[in-house]
Amino acid sequence: MRKAITGHKAVAEAMRQIEPDVVAVYPITPQSEIAEYYADYVHNGIVHTELVPVESEHSALSACVGAAAAGGRVMTATSSQGLALMVEVLYIAAGLRLPVVMALANRSLSAPINIHGDHSDAYLARDSGAVQIFAESAQEAYDYTLMAQRIAEDMRVRLPVIVNLDGFTLTHTVQPVDLLDDEPVKKFVGKFQPVSPLLDVDHPVTWGAFAMPDYYFELKRAQQAGMEAVPAVFLEVQREFSQVSGRRYQGFFEAYKLVDAEYALVVLGSTAGTAKVAVDELRAQGMKVGLLKPWLWRPFPAQAVAEAVAHVKAVAVLDRAFSFGTLGALFEDVAAALYPLERRPILANYIYGLGGRDITVPDLIKVFEELPRLTQNEWALRYIGLRE
Amino acid sequence: MPSIKVLAEREERGVRFTGGHTLCAGCAEPMVVRTVLHAIPDPVVVASPTGCLEVATSRFPGTAWNVPWIHVAFENAAAVISGVEAAYKALKKRGLIDKRVRFVVCAGDGGTYDIGLQALSGALERGHDFLYVCLNNEAYMNTGVQRSSATPKCAAATTAPVGDVILGKPQERKDLTEIVVAHGIPYVAQAAVSHLIDLANKVERAMKYEGPKFINVLTTCPLGWRTPRDSAIQQAKLAVETRYWPLYEVIEGRYKINYKPKERVPVEEWLKTQGRFRHLFRDEQGKELMAQIQAEVDRRWEALLAKEQCFGGNG
Repeated sequence: MRKAITGHKAVAEAMRQIEPDVVAVYPITPQSEIAEYYADYVHNGIVHTELVPVESEHSALSACVGAAAAGGRVMTATSSQGLALMVEVLYIAAGLRLPVVMALANRSLSAPINIHGDHSDAYLARDSGAVQIFAESAQEAYDYTLMAQRIAEDMRVRLPVIVNLDGFTLTHTVQPVDLLDDEPVKKFVGKFQPVSPLLDVDHPVTWGAFAMPDYYFELKRAQQAGMEAVPAVFLEVQREFSQVSGRRYQGFFEAYKLVDAEYALVVLGSTAGTAKVAVDELRAQGMKVGLLKPWLWRPFPAQAVAEAVAHVKAVAVLDRAFSFGTLGALFEDVAAALYPLERRPILANYIYGLGGRDITVPDLIKVFEELPRLTQNEWALRYIGLRE
Repeated sequence: MPSIKVLAEREERGVRFTGGHTLCAGCAEPMVVRTVLHAIPDPVVVASPTGCLEVATSRFPGTAWNVPWIHVAFENAAAVISGVEAAYKALKKRGLIDKRVRFVVCAGDGGTYDIGLQALSGALERGHDFLYVCLNNEAYMNTGVQRSSATPKCAAATTAPVGDVILGKPQERKDLTEIVVAHGIPYVAQAAVSHLIDLANKVERAMKYEGPKFINVLTTCPLGWRTPRDSAIQQAKLAVETRYWPLYEVIEGRYKINYKPKERVPVEEWLKTQGRFRHLFRDEQGKELMAQIQAEVDRRWEALLAKEQCFGGNG
């Protein structure tokens, strides 16, 4: 059924259809509407979920961890400072191999305080052990929220999964979204399979044990194995979801007019939509340009990215957050991916859109037009839309 | 009411907290944990924050817990148990679990009075059905006797040392029990490791109520209090006798002091047995500080008596 809804409503609808046992959530702009929609579902008896209206994001994720360890399916959502407060527990959720699915309405981190979109919150959780997926549209946010549940709960993975959607740009704008019927979603998501749940009181287990140097390393290595299992699971889940939905999801990223491109952009999230318009306009003028939009950012599909852009003359990697003191996080991912190639494209790193600064088609056309002028790798950060 | 015999029989039938942990010799925590867990006949799930109890009982691949137990972080035990309890309700609604399961937090004073206070307050306000037991040993003992907001005035702690200018902790301890009472939950009590049957009775009474229950248990730490290893019970008993740590309950808002010492034993009798207060016994300044401590003990005791008078009885 096609509906004109916001990104938030799309995510909330996915959550309603998944109907987790426990949702623990705390309000923060721009995420709050997800919490509000879900509270509506609970208070109107539309879902049977236990809503835990916690007193902080730290407690939101802590309650999710407790509920997941108890044997329930859990979800939450947050933004920005809320994720910053959660991060301690996010590492623990990953370390305990708990499949918590979380919508992250991307918003800049303080200071200065700002409520608008950038990716500094997602980057903060980069090394947390959570799988991270980026959505370009409300449709993708809906679809990947459903797929995230399957990825998180796969026995080979069992990790938290964050579905990123750009604050305001996606969360608050109304877009056409094709929603699936409840039944096929419930069938696709399936029953939750708890592992050693606390509530199996006849088989007591100790969760969150203390591991000294004699065991810590092996336990973290086992966690890395869960992360390494993600790519294969991601593709399997995409395949199955494509069959259920009739929408085609194939691969770790969307490669837009990239096959014969001479110049390419790599960008996460909603800006990819703007970039597609720029690509089309330049293609109409005869410039061979393309776009790579990662859906899966953690784990980073390095080999596939390298293969997809190996033939390109120059690549601009756009980061919507600083990684202060070094180049952008996405740029470093792409640069590391390309390193083993014998002939590497020239690389440049652009920082854009911080604190919700608008990014336009002419901005991205300008980036594409700068690429042919590069004769070697650009090691200094470049900026889009910045007054200097 | 559970007698020692009943508790021992229950433990014999199915030990819930085993030996082999690495808590210090003379530590009062295992006595409190065993008493609490065996005072509840139903299956239990326990959450603990980071602290002595957690570190000493859950070293991988071993565990001292023969009941389901979870540790997540330092400040969130009340939030974690909220999630466990919410999942229980959800699974029960869906018919996936039929047993009656009870939920207990065993936490230290650092994880309760200080870093965990927000999560505790939130869980109390939301009304989750659980028992929160604070094993109050009056400082961050696990990390090396740093001061907490439960540490008594003048006690020496590694972050409130006895210096030339400042003698131990300058501030009074927080009255957390009363802060919890202010949440209006059905059951709040103070207990001490010296009065284990009183503690077991309190747990049993508490578990009759649906919603949040809280018991603040004075739990001697011979290492941090600088007392002999065999003194845990005697220490807690003196704290009760000197009215430093009154045993009382607040059931649905009604105050009841469980034990009123017949004689007024000066708090000095309790202070003088502990190395952490040794500096109070060397000069006039110490005497003056001791008088301040006594005055605060008296003030709190009088306030408690007044509350019992105003809000006592069985309703």
